[in-house]
Amino acid sequence: MSQQAPLSSVNDFVVRFANVNGSGSASANELFARAVLRHGVPVSPRNIFPSNIQGLPTWYEVRVTEAGYLGARGGGTDLMVAMNPQTWDKDVAGIVPGGYLFYDSTKPMPSTKFRDDITVIGVPLTAITNSTYSDPRQRQLFKNIIYLGALSALLDMDPKLIEQLIGEQYKGKEKLLSSNVHALHLGRDWALQNLKCPIGLRIRKADKVGDRIFIEGNNAAALGAVYGGATVCAWYPITPSSSLAEAFTSHCKKLRHDPETGQAKYAIVQAEDELASIGMVVGASWNGARAFTTTSGPGVSLMTEFIGLSYFAEIPAVIMNVQRAGPSTGMPTRTQQCDLIACAYASHGDTKHVLLFPEDPAEAFEFAAVAFDLAERLQTTIFLMLDLDIGMNQRLCRPLKWDDAKQYDRGKVMTAEMLEEGRDFGRYLDVDGDGIPFRTYPGTHPTEGSYFTRGTSRDRYARYSEEGAVYADNVQRLLRKFQTAQDMVPRPLQANAAKPTKYGVIYFGSTAPAMDEAIGLLESRGHHLDRLRIRAFPFHSSVASFIAEHDFVYVVEQNRDAQLRQLIVNENGIDPVRLVPILHYDGTPITARFIADQIGNHQDHIKVTPLRKAVS
Amino acid sequence: MTYIAKPKFQHPGIKKNTLGYSHRDYEGKISTLCAGCGHDSITASIIEACFELSIEPHRVAKISGIGCSSKTPDYFLGNSHGFNTVHGRMPSVLTGANLANRELIYLGVSGDGDSASIGFGQFAHAIRRGVNMAYIVENNGVYGLTKGQFSATADRGSKSKKGVTNTDNAIDLVGIALQLGATYVARSFSGDKKQLVPIIAGAIQHKGAAFIDVVSPCIAFNNHAGSTKSFDYVREHNDAVNRLDVLTGRDPIEIDQDPGTVQIVEQHDGSRLALRKIDADYDPHDRLGAMTFLQKHAAQGQIVTGLLYVDPEADDLHSHLNTVERPLNRLEAADLCPGQAALDKINASLR
Repeated sequence: MSQQAPLSSVNDFVVRFANVNGSGSASANELFARAVLRHGVPVSPRNIFPSNIQGLPTWYEVRVTEAGYLGARGGGTDLMVAMNPQTWDKDVAGIVPGGYLFYDSTKPMPSTKFRDDITVIGVPLTAITNSTYSDPRQRQLFKNIIYLGALSALLDMDPKLIEQLIGEQYKGKEKLLSSNVHALHLGRDWALQNLKCPIGLRIRKADKVGDRIFIEGNNAAALGAVYGGATVCAWYPITPSSSLAEAFTSHCKKLRHDPETGQAKYAIVQAEDELASIGMVVGASWNGARAFTTTSGPGVSLMTEFIGLSYFAEIPAVIMNVQRAGPSTGMPTRTQQCDLIACAYASHGDTKHVLLFPEDPAEAFEFAAVAFDLAERLQTTIFLMLDLDIGMNQRLCRPLKWDDAKQYDRGKVMTAEMLEEGRDFGRYLDVDGDGIPFRTYPGTHPTEGSYFTRGTSRDRYARYSEEGAVYADNVQRLLRKFQTAQDMVPRPLQANAAKPTKYGVIYFGSTAPAMDEAIGLLESRGHHLDRLRIRAFPFHSSVASFIAEHDFVYVVEQNRDAQLRQLIVNENGIDPVRLVPILHYDGTPITARFIADQIGNHQDHIKVTPLRKAVS
Repeated sequence: MTYIAKPKFQHPGIKKNTLGYSHRDYEGKISTLCAGCGHDSITASIIEACFELSIEPHRVAKISGIGCSSKTPDYFLGNSHGFNTVHGRMPSVLTGANLANRELIYLGVSGDGDSASIGFGQFAHAIRRGVNMAYIVENNGVYGLTKGQFSATADRGSKSKKGVTNTDNAIDLVGIALQLGATYVARSFSGDKKQLVPIIAGAIQHKGAAFIDVVSPCIAFNNHAGSTKSFDYVREHNDAVNRLDVLTGRDPIEIDQDPGTVQIVEQHDGSRLALRKIDADYDPHDRLGAMTFLQKHAAQGQIVTGLLYVDPEADDLHSHLNTVERPLNRLEAADLCPGQAALDKINASLR
């Protein structure tokens, strides 16, 4: 008997599935999350997986959250589905007091393997599967559906909704459909007959999901590339970005074939390495196609030579960087926001690049599409800065939306007609004072508008030159162009606290859902903060204004070296003392509890300490 | 300014091709390579080939990497767009450019350092993908711009100008190209215009990956050792305030060789090349035969020149990818964007 009262909560708890990589559990676990959604209850799931194909531990955590908090909660597991003996001790230790442990009770376990402050629920999963299935693979796969069935009874879920989902998944494959439904009921019936159902944690139907969709950021960004008019994708596989290129391929196959000829209105090449993939992007963009590549930090390192060329020769390029924990190979399957400095100043010499920071899949879709407009308008590299947390986890977000009247912004392209009119074409002439010159596509005109593209210094008419004044003129214009970009990129979004406050917080990207929740937690502790979510680099002038309007500002980010803070200080001449770093960098997604604790503790401190000492 | 423009004047009686273009229309800026450089002879052959084919100059995209050879696209087809990319990366940029617009002619110009060393991987992958291009390597066995280090095509046992002996084996790009599936493979000599011009013309007309290795003597680093006119001698005997490199120009090496013969060609440094021009009855449709032929004569110390292999039925990367005939760079939102209706269906499938 538990010495602790069992947890009791409806539509607000965390379930964690501990499995072995390669056991086929992923689809069953995802089915669980989707089944909760079908009850009208929001979920926030996260894959925690190793950099390995088979055999190592993997976890899938589902935060059931009627309140709709989409960040990771942190603080332990309420219900642990412990299916991996290898991680048993760690999994059991991670259960909150009063929580529940669900396990395969086919083989007896010594009492020392349990805790007395949790409720232990044993289901003889192996015995049930072995008595039902003879095929070893079936035994393994259906065991996952059987535990899902048992959980549905324990959590008081409507089996019809799960059956409906299975029906959609195996539409047209009747044999698979019926065998999965059968397995579901095997587990459910066993639980109903042998266990006290339901437990204290329950799913109750609600109406809190609305019309939101459930999608991975990589998938949404891939759709953004389709809608944004990308026709050339050259990529090299690397976790956690590979699924983005694969999703682009899949969407193009469905959406981008000429109905009459069956021919593809796109070209996708799996390059031999990252150098070649960005090289193809540069070549295609130079020649007037919308092109992009997908990668992660180590890939960005390899691409920096071409990024410098793209910057200096002014060739559009879009790089979708799904960040993972670095440096070097780092932790390939763990999340961080650690490539800001590497991307903002990629390559040698004086360079600055545009970065976009989507907060969720919906923005990943929008920003991916807008990246192509920006790349062509600014004739430079645009980084879409995703991370593993957004990219490889399904997340609830608003439905994807597109304006059918939208035309692509192809930027300043001088046509044959414009050349015929006698327009002066100098490839690097700043005709409008915005730092952005006109370009021509190869093949435009027999005698006018051709030029030689190079990474070496040249004058305004693209003629090779090592004159100091000519070089300075060029790089000054590039800086002017970067300043122009400030007003073209997505602006920061500000949300003020319910009460007037002297303190602010700046954050970006995948931190957003945790921040939304953390603000509520801080308010409950009496701390009020104005918020500014940065959505792009270069920073809009409102970033400096926001900082100026507050005594000091917390900068929340998921890396060790406060890279966003560094960029703000560097680019805006802000006194570093005014920016307090809140840093989370162990590779797991930042949680509301972490943010609230860090900021709350700091706020508590400054309330009893003179401001100057507190921040010095 | 270090660039030099050519005067635009043309003699009224100058020879014109079927499009009404003269040779001058295929020229570029004045070369800044050393006088006598084999690369300038290759430039002249490219100009001649394009003139003879009556190509519209602006329909050619000329793309190169870094190095002496990669500077040359500035010296021909002045009305074409050129792209001097980064070292060894010409093939990927050309591949991307080709994907964007399949209607242009793609001329990739590279060197032995550019393609056989730093860019060996990109060279191989562009060839195996069947990119529709004419890929020319101007092969002199040394790094000219950085003053004479060995490239990966330098023969084992050969000596650098500084007297260092090369102990590494040489890479034979032609052999590699054949193995990788290039559908047009040739080798020539920069001074053999009779042979080189039609080879370049054939490569331009070929649909698929066409590769030409052109042996091209370097005046700067194939100089006579011990000559009082040599680079080293001038530097050692020059009391000027700085240590500028002084090069004495030479006439470009030219040869006139009959098919089926072996001709010994003396380079600027006195070293000798045994060039075997393939016979008129050589069958260039046999890939294995070409490889054997190359190996056999290489063992005899001979460099085989000529069109070694061609597949007249070859296809290209666009065929493999089944892309639309209309160039991808001309597709607009109406062609590419599936619209909100398709997005509504996608949204519905994600609930």
